[in-house]
Amino acid sequence: MKSFKDAGHLFRLAAVFVAGLALFLIVRGFLVPRSFGQYGHYRGNAIGEIAALPVSYAGHQVCEGCHTDVLEVKSKGVHKAVACESCHGPLAKHADDPASVQPVKLDTAKLCVRCHEENLAKPKNFPQVASADHSGGAACDTCHKPHSPAMVAGGSQ
Amino acid sequence: MNITRRQLLILLPAAAVAWESIIAGTPEASPNYNMTDHWWGMLMDVTKCIGCGSCVRACQLENQVPDGYFRTWIERYHVSDWEMEYPKVDSPDGGKTGFPPAREDGGKNFFVPKLCNHCVESPCTQVCPVGATFVSPDGVVLVDQKYCLGCRYCVQACPYGCRFINPATNTANKCTLCYHRITKGLTTACCEVCPTGTRQLADLKNPNDPIHAFLKTHSVQVLKPQMATRSKCFYYGLDGSVR
Repeated sequence: MKSFKDAGHLFRLAAVFVAGLALFLIVRGFLVPRSFGQYGHYRGNAIGEIAALPVSYAGHQVCEGCHTDVLEVKSKGVHKAVACESCHGPLAKHADDPASVQPVKLDTAKLCVRCHEENLAKPKNFPQVASADHSGGAACDTCHKPHSPAMVAGGSQ
Repeated sequence: MNITRRQLLILLPAAAVAWESIIAGTPEASPNYNMTDHWWGMLMDVTKCIGCGSCVRACQLENQVPDGYFRTWIERYHVSDWEMEYPKVDSPDGGKTGFPPAREDGGKNFFVPKLCNHCVESPCTQVCPVGATFVSPDGVVLVDQKYCLGCRYCVQACPYGCRFINPATNTANKCTLCYHRITKGLTTACCEVCPTGTRQLADLKNPNDPIHAFLKTHSVQVLKPQMATRSKCFYYGLDGSVR
């Protein structure tokens, strides 16, 4: 080992590198979350965190658990495949606490035209009306019952 | 502040335990849900879409999407009867409040709902420099909100324009396929409220899912197949002019 006269400083440099690497590995071990790499190059616990977010739309199965009378009416009409919250809005809070959270009464003059206002881009077999000509701004539930919208016998017009 | 040796010896392990819990994060939230049993996608029957915007509203309410940003939206196409290369597309406020009357100068008009395609070979997850976005073991493209730097690489990489930077958090945001719902046995908010059945959540690993019968008997298409992203959003009745 006499080929290098001043080999000592190389060993000191190597020691600094080794110490730096060790420090890096220790810090990295502390900072990288445990679940990183559990399923792939990402934090595995992120999946659980996203899955734990709260739900706003309860789902029609929950509604139907209590409102069997509405289900009965709806299942016979053309709106049978339309989910409750499609019109009534997100009501998971109502499902959790039916007494204190009450859904608002809907205005059918504004609600029904969301789907049924005439538009050339809609499929031709979808029932549509030009609401101004059809009812002159009158609320749709004057003649149609939203849960089963066929014309009501004895309804006006 | 003076700390005795005794106090320090008590404090240090307590701090270590606290740090450990921060590093470890929260555990799995849906214990009855097994990720390896599912492979999620969606079916869009565009022949049924009426452009009512229910899906857009439901998505915003379910996922607290800020106004002017969209995880899902509806486009309306106007195509001349022969000039497929130059469709005229509008999507006022993402179709959230419906659409004004369509053009009547010949050609055809139709709606196309869009959302994240939950690609198997997703370009957006491949470009993330920090591992903040990924395809989950059940085939959903998700963003880790705690890890995202907001560098916007993924926003640029998505060929479908499905990502945005949430101005409230400055992190990338996108459709999670309502991961918090589908892991609880519910369908997505958009599929739940779709009044015509245009949107149907599909579990491609479930042999009893009606998607399989549909795919066997119908001609379906994915958006931008030339991008080879292996999209899992299947469109039925899609016009060739749709981009």
